[in-house]
Amino acid sequence: MANSDRTTAATDWESRSGESRLRQVLEAGQFAVTAELEAPDSADPKDVFANAAKLGDVCDGINATDGSGANCHMSSVACCALMAQAGYEPVLQVSCRDRNRIAIQGDLLGATALGVRNVLCLTGDDVSAGDQPEARRVFDFDALQLLRTAEIMRDQGVLLSGRKLTTPPAYFLGAAANPFVPPRDLRHLRLAKKIEAGAQFIQTQYCFDVPVFEAFMRRARDMGLHGKVHLLVGVGPLRSERAAEFMRSRVPGVHIPDAIVERLAKTPRKSKREEGIRICVEIIEQVKQIEGVHGVHIMAYRQEETVPEIVERAGLLREKPKG
Amino acid sequence: MTTFAESKRMPGSEWLKDRPRLLEAVYQGSEAGLRLFYPVLRRVLPAGWTERVFVWSEEVSKGYLFNCQMCGQCILHSTGMTCPMNCPKNLRNGPCGGVRQNGNCEVIPDMPCVWVQAWQRDAQMERYGGEIQLLQRPVNRALQNSSAWLNLLEGVDAQGPPGWSAIELE
Repeated sequence: MANSDRTTAATDWESRSGESRLRQVLEAGQFAVTAELEAPDSADPKDVFANAAKLGDVCDGINATDGSGANCHMSSVACCALMAQAGYEPVLQVSCRDRNRIAIQGDLLGATALGVRNVLCLTGDDVSAGDQPEARRVFDFDALQLLRTAEIMRDQGVLLSGRKLTTPPAYFLGAAANPFVPPRDLRHLRLAKKIEAGAQFIQTQYCFDVPVFEAFMRRARDMGLHGKVHLLVGVGPLRSERAAEFMRSRVPGVHIPDAIVERLAKTPRKSKREEGIRICVEIIEQVKQIEGVHGVHIMAYRQEETVPEIVERAGLLREKPKG
Repeated sequence: MTTFAESKRMPGSEWLKDRPRLLEAVYQGSEAGLRLFYPVLRRVLPAGWTERVFVWSEEVSKGYLFNCQMCGQCILHSTGMTCPMNCPKNLRNGPCGGVRQNGNCEVIPDMPCVWVQAWQRDAQMERYGGEIQLLQRPVNRALQNSSAWLNLLEGVDAQGPPGWSAIELE
């Protein structure tokens, strides 16, 4: 690499090192849209660019999963770095399942150096959910300890060991919430604890049961949590009743009411896909009305090409600031 | 050390686990007792034997009562008198998002979620109830298999990692 190239690379970094655009959108009070990138089973960056291109025009942030469902894909740090390079706004998902505290803190610094400005801290699905269940589970941190550690690195400018960072990472910190699994009537307490540990935004698990979500939000509002965090509701289109059955029985933490499965089963085969999109749009329209909801997070697993249509039909399309 | 499946079969232990108010009283009493007798024990017992006695009694008593995993930094009174190290993900700050609709564990389908039980029991507790909302620092893995009682009395587990402790002191 020639010297001039190195200078260019450094300047590129400077231009990318600004604030999180997702944060700007949320703090401006706009209804945010994020979506989940399908992390490729490939070593070719073109596959990341192709998948991100399906989402980029309609999203304020694109999540790169960290071995979702305990299946191995291209790493979230790499997916995010490639997206940042191409001008997208990546959200780095960090799970506690595969790496100990030394590796995770190193990744937080590295990802920031590569232009990542949003971090989502997760516990992670267990290894038994994936296709390599014989792997060792790590879980050195839990999601809250990870959140607080990431916050300490940013705000105190030190590693967990107390060692000083010359340039602390600047990121917008997020966490997950799942209001749809037991103990449902206490899930808002976990949300409160995550906010205390440093969460600035929340992306929830798939919402297919709006009444359950409404009850959760009511309890959260009673604690005043809606004013302390930006909450994005997880949504996604279901391809068929078989896909729904698979998700609710095999994917940890996904709850789909029988009514939705039956509605898809009754739909003629040719229009099932369309019906899945319609259900997704209906759910967005309903959760949008709930006080304390600041956006949606669309997880269209293996049908990312439907995301622009969903965003448009839900009336969420707006001029995105050019990055 | 007993595994979960084994001690689950131990007569009476499941009944006792669902008596968090009794257990927290025992906990409070034994902490006071330990603080009182520890200086005597240390003087009477030959060098190295205090730790041996402590580890052995914790393995037996807490093993029976809580399926203790000997993490060496006990926070039972802040987790509904339910040992969080029985969670296959070792979570110390509440349940993950994988809890099954019947309230059982994502990883071990026929085991009730440790944290669903912990939250229910914490709500019944009088002395330490509500402490479940405290943010628990990362586990010190170097203390595995040591005596949590001794670590408490000697102040070994009083402080977390330096970066973390700075926050706690604020």
